[in-house]
Amino acid sequence: MAGLTPQYVLRRLGMFLLTIWLGATIIFIIPRLAPGDPVAAMVSRLTAQAGYIENSAEIIAAWRERFGLDGPLWVQYLAYMRNMLTLDMGYSLSSFPSRVDEMIFSALPWTVGLLSVSTILSFLAGNAIGALMGWPRVPRWIRALLPTSLTFTSIPFFMLGILLVYLFAYELRWLPPTGAYGRGLTPGWNWPFIKSVIEHGILPVLSIVVTSMGFWALGMRGMIITNQGEDYMILAEAKGLRPSRIFLRYGVRNSILPQVTALALSLGGIAGGSTLVEYIFAYPGMGYLLYQGIVNTDYTLIQGIVFMLILGTATAVLILDLLLPVLDPRISYER
Amino acid sequence: MSVSTETVTAPAVRTAGLNRWDSPWLNTKFLVGLSMLLAVVLIGVVGPFFWDTTLARVASSPLNLPPAWVETDLPGIGKPTWEHPLGTESNGRDMLAVLIVGTPRSLRVGLIAAGVGMLVGVILGFSAGFMGGWVDNVIRTLSDSVITIPSLAVLIVISAYVRTVSVENMALLLAIFAWPGPTRLLRSQVLSMRERGYVQMARLSGASTFAIMFKEILPNLLPYLASSFTGNVSAAILAATGLEALGLGPTRIPTLGMTIFYALRAAAILRGMWWWWGFPIAALIIIFTSLFLITIGLDEIANPRLRGVKA
Repeated sequence: MAGLTPQYVLRRLGMFLLTIWLGATIIFIIPRLAPGDPVAAMVSRLTAQAGYIENSAEIIAAWRERFGLDGPLWVQYLAYMRNMLTLDMGYSLSSFPSRVDEMIFSALPWTVGLLSVSTILSFLAGNAIGALMGWPRVPRWIRALLPTSLTFTSIPFFMLGILLVYLFAYELRWLPPTGAYGRGLTPGWNWPFIKSVIEHGILPVLSIVVTSMGFWALGMRGMIITNQGEDYMILAEAKGLRPSRIFLRYGVRNSILPQVTALALSLGGIAGGSTLVEYIFAYPGMGYLLYQGIVNTDYTLIQGIVFMLILGTATAVLILDLLLPVLDPRISYER
Repeated sequence: MSVSTETVTAPAVRTAGLNRWDSPWLNTKFLVGLSMLLAVVLIGVVGPFFWDTTLARVASSPLNLPPAWVETDLPGIGKPTWEHPLGTESNGRDMLAVLIVGTPRSLRVGLIAAGVGMLVGVILGFSAGFMGGWVDNVIRTLSDSVITIPSLAVLIVISAYVRTVSVENMALLLAIFAWPGPTRLLRSQVLSMRERGYVQMARLSGASTFAIMFKEILPNLLPYLASSFTGNVSAAILAATGLEALGLGPTRIPTLGMTIFYALRAAAILRGMWWWWGFPIAALIIIFTSLFLITIGLDEIANPRLRGVKA
């Protein structure tokens, strides 16, 4: 715990709060800065769909009160912040009696499962590939094999998802196209359910892992190559250490730490990208819930989910940041 | 370019990937990526002279035709014809026309968003790196925080409230999250550059801070900036396509992402109409791959050590 100074912890905690505050403020302020009244716009959209709505003025007034849109901006802002921080997100507009937090918490496990499995797999696989690519003593045939794994790197998660659904669910019919488990199964610790969850999870996980591991591989390769010029690497060779030891303890260990920092920085992007993957696969996590919120113009639901996504990624980043100095004592000096 | 002069000879690094004879800008990945990108741009520029782009409008063509070379017996799919070489979709748009109209739009969104982000990033990054002190602290903390926010999710909220009507609005919205990357990059580069000999020399000979920034430091950062820029263009196009695919983009103009949205909504995947989503995805993959190649090519140009080992 050498690097975990109080100063460092305080700074990271501050960043955590700042991130949440910034995110929550952006989603509050920008819609209100934009010209036009969101509630009026919503009602006029409904009117356009339904042809005509009676008492639209009264509906607007009622909704404005419900959203707290009738007070001055700073009062609204304070009320909004208090609600968000106490995770009181109100009722869903589209499926009224259910509360937004209930809907989110039933979707949460799917998203957390999908995200953690695919992020860990892709981080491990990508770094292994990258380390081998950058290491000069690797056999030539491995080196020739590896770049093919990077082919998909530039493709967005969800586009590969579409291709995978078409290939494995429509053409080959090996795996189910949508959902998280088969119909008629009771969720629980029984084998048919677990098997079904795994079958349904393969394609979504694959579409994230295959497209994101190249990013880790590239970064790792760069770090390994950059490290090779360092004095301690030359010393390690001069001491006659086994090549595998030099590779793992000197090359990989020094290169993996910036990768953990990069992981913390890219979690937000991964979380955002997986919303689209869930949408493609109709996977019942928060991303799919978000899509339903968009379709039903359910603003409270949308706002609640996005706040939870911000909170979730900020928490993950905080944990990574606090783990980092434990792994690498140099970090705390860097400040 | 003074980058070419500072080639580092790292030991134990093979020189197979090095272009021996000329400048580092003759990097294979960079050039391949650039030509792919130019080809895409050319389709958008030249396409309208050869193909009637009004066919991208709804109900301008027969419905559900497959590409001209595909014979299929899927239910509801018409006979292929060379009048619609890439086929048509269920709203009566001609796919070739959609590609010609949509592809440049996607590129433009990316360019505007990344351009604005880069401009802000250069200003903030330079200020942070050069002024130090509390300015640096504030800028660094802000960019570190914004970078961890799931931008796509926030953009979804914003565009759910404010339906974007034009490509330009969309691009400006995306720029909100395009600045922290360049800011961080520039800050760290400026920090390392400002203690270098030639910068000290310029300072001693009485050059103003402004002149040092733009005449001494900026030219040396060009490859870094360019690679960060292309990376950002790609990220912005990705975010824009994601929003469009969720149905949150500009609705009246056909874009690649919106075409994917309509295809998904009409269950084109499970109806076997692969040309409906396949061609826009192919166009986007070409764009992303070209930008990716340009980005890593530029990285190798900026960091000579990366050139050593073949990828």
